[in-house]
Amino acid sequence: MNKSHVRLGGVALAGVLLIAGCGSGGGGGAAKSAGTGVSGGGKLDLTFWDWDPNIDKVVALWNSSHPDIHVTLSNPAGGDQLVSKMITAHQAKNGPDIAKVEYQSLPALVSGGVVRDITDLTKDAVPSFDDATMKATRFEGKVYGIPQDVAPLMLFYRADVFKKYGLSVPTTWDQYAQEAADLHKKAPKVSMTNFDAGDPGWFTGLVQQAGADWWTTSGTSWHVAINGPQSKKVADYWEKLVRSGVIEKNPSFSPQWNKQMNDGTLATWISGAWAPAQLGGIAPATKGKWTVAPLPAWTAGDATTGIWGGSATTVTSDSKHPAEAAKFASWLNTDAAAITAQIQHINIYPAATSGRSLPILKSAPPFFPNQPAFYDVVKQVAPSARGFSMWGPDVTVAFSGYTDSFGAALQSGGTFGKALDTMQDASTADMKKLGFNLN
Amino acid sequence: MATTVSNSGLRRPRLPYLLVLPAVLLFLLFVLAPGAYALILSFQTRKVTGGLLGSTSTVVFAGTSNYRSALGDAALWGSTLRMVAVGVIVVPVTVGLALLFALLLDTPRARLTRFSRLAIFLPYAIPGVIATLLWGFMYLPATSPIGGRYIDFFGSTQVFFAVANIAVWGAVGFNMVVIYTALRALPPEIYEAARIDGGSETQIALKIKVPLVLPAVVMCTLFTVLGALQLFNEPNTLKPLSNAISSDWVPLMKIYTDAFVNADIYRAAATSIVFALGVLVVSFAAGRIVQARVSPAEKGKR
Repeated sequence: MNKSHVRLGGVALAGVLLIAGCGSGGGGGAAKSAGTGVSGGGKLDLTFWDWDPNIDKVVALWNSSHPDIHVTLSNPAGGDQLVSKMITAHQAKNGPDIAKVEYQSLPALVSGGVVRDITDLTKDAVPSFDDATMKATRFEGKVYGIPQDVAPLMLFYRADVFKKYGLSVPTTWDQYAQEAADLHKKAPKVSMTNFDAGDPGWFTGLVQQAGADWWTTSGTSWHVAINGPQSKKVADYWEKLVRSGVIEKNPSFSPQWNKQMNDGTLATWISGAWAPAQLGGIAPATKGKWTVAPLPAWTAGDATTGIWGGSATTVTSDSKHPAEAAKFASWLNTDAAAITAQIQHINIYPAATSGRSLPILKSAPPFFPNQPAFYDVVKQVAPSARGFSMWGPDVTVAFSGYTDSFGAALQSGGTFGKALDTMQDASTADMKKLGFNLN
Repeated sequence: MATTVSNSGLRRPRLPYLLVLPAVLLFLLFVLAPGAYALILSFQTRKVTGGLLGSTSTVVFAGTSNYRSALGDAALWGSTLRMVAVGVIVVPVTVGLALLFALLLDTPRARLTRFSRLAIFLPYAIPGVIATLLWGFMYLPATSPIGGRYIDFFGSTQVFFAVANIAVWGAVGFNMVVIYTALRALPPEIYEAARIDGGSETQIALKIKVPLVLPAVVMCTLFTVLGALQLFNEPNTLKPLSNAISSDWVPLMKIYTDAFVNADIYRAAATSIVFALGVLVVSFAAGRIVQARVSPAEKGKR
């Protein structure tokens, strides 16, 4: 080998090192290279992006029962950040095979061509779900994901705080507002709850309960109604509570909020059925103090509630083994053992109809030892959970608009109704720009 | 090897090129190439075509529409104003404190200089995001040990100082070390002469040391101005803690939100180009102004 070759080799090596450096910075790049290929023994390897705590235990269950298809779990990010990562990875053509996606993000990922149409690969799994659940993952007759969990919006309240101040569990929003005022009068340092402008999930759940439909479709055209009368009703209700000073206005999921949740400053949390898994990390000192109840209603006796979150398992369009990936997604969400493991370790409320009568649901999540019938309440509420008819293709724009405009309204005045107008404008402008048909 | 030696006369001119090659390569790869890519992206846009969800979207030439919408966006100008507001606090305070600390450490009567120097420098070694998270805890009323219960650190005006404080705290140490090193490099005979002439320590500091380390101070000012233009970590990390900071609070946050939250990388690219040009103009102008101020002093010295 002569010298010029050596030098060339050196440059090439440096180049390779540089590129390798870029790859590992991207996260999951290295995992992917091991993920697509078929390794020596004819064993197939799939990569799976999921941020559920303890999901590794469920994946281990699959790996021990399916020696021919190995699933490698990776947790590059959670929620919306994972959506960003999936879009970026898709542009670089090195996405995972399987990924967990929240329902509201799925249309955007379909629109971006990131997730795959798996209608033909999931014919056996789809009948395990009712139509209301499949609505979140089936668009124009094509299935883009297998539903993992449903998360009806519910009222979590501190039984000890309620008892101390003589409050009864509110069944209507009028009663909730009244008790919020009473509580604040009795104990100025305690608040019924906080209005969270940071995470739009709970607020969309509330407007769903009130009957709003932010995105509707006819044929191939869209109608956006974020600032419709039902949404304005909800916004006005909460604005009144905030302005009267009886509830807090700091965002949730912050150190401030964790402390308030932990020390009893906040008496209720309007949250999804997944809350038990989160509360342990948010307010560890409150184990056994929370109780779940149906969400207060606008008219007494109406059982309708909204939805906060819930996810599907999707197969990406980059996957080289879609059939096997779809098989895993189906197994994860329809197999009795897999669902049982998820309820036990992740505290999900399963999307599959059969999953809702599993024996494991007879016992409460570990954080709720005081309420053995926890899942009975969820089961009673779940059928009347109402979502939008469809999530729009630009939910992220509307959602970041929520954080900005409601945050500004709380920070420096301005009405909540106007915040909704801002979201409406941002969402329609973006959809128009992208070329969607609007009417 | 033998060939190299015999040809050394011929080869020597090539050596400098070889030595700068890595730097040039890295510059091409990580500055110029992404810049060119951003320039291309900024003239494109995504259009959806088929079906309800437009799953067959295409990237099309957009002319200058991204630039027009970026420049016509009130949010960009608002974010620029906020960046300037924070910068107006950060730059003088950082450089002022760095100079003050360096002068104090340089006085003969200073004790515990090694410890103090390290203590002032240490915050610079802490990653910005971690420092911001810690400051976040200190600002929030429920967790604040510094009176957050009585002072609203996230008030509409206070938030500028809250953000600036984190930036100052992280940058003073580095600048202090630069100025201090410049001070130590001055010949001690000058001070002796001044003392013999009856100059007090304060007079020596203000009339002798400050003019002599002015070039170092100027350099620190330039660095701090450039740092202030790139404000991102502090407000972005504080954002989820309060309602005071929006997703487009400073220009870089707006670009980030456009690109990675709203998935409009094309518009973000156009905003990036506009912002980069702006930064280039400002830093060039700042460099010239500061240079003009400092050169008379340098001429006087000569």
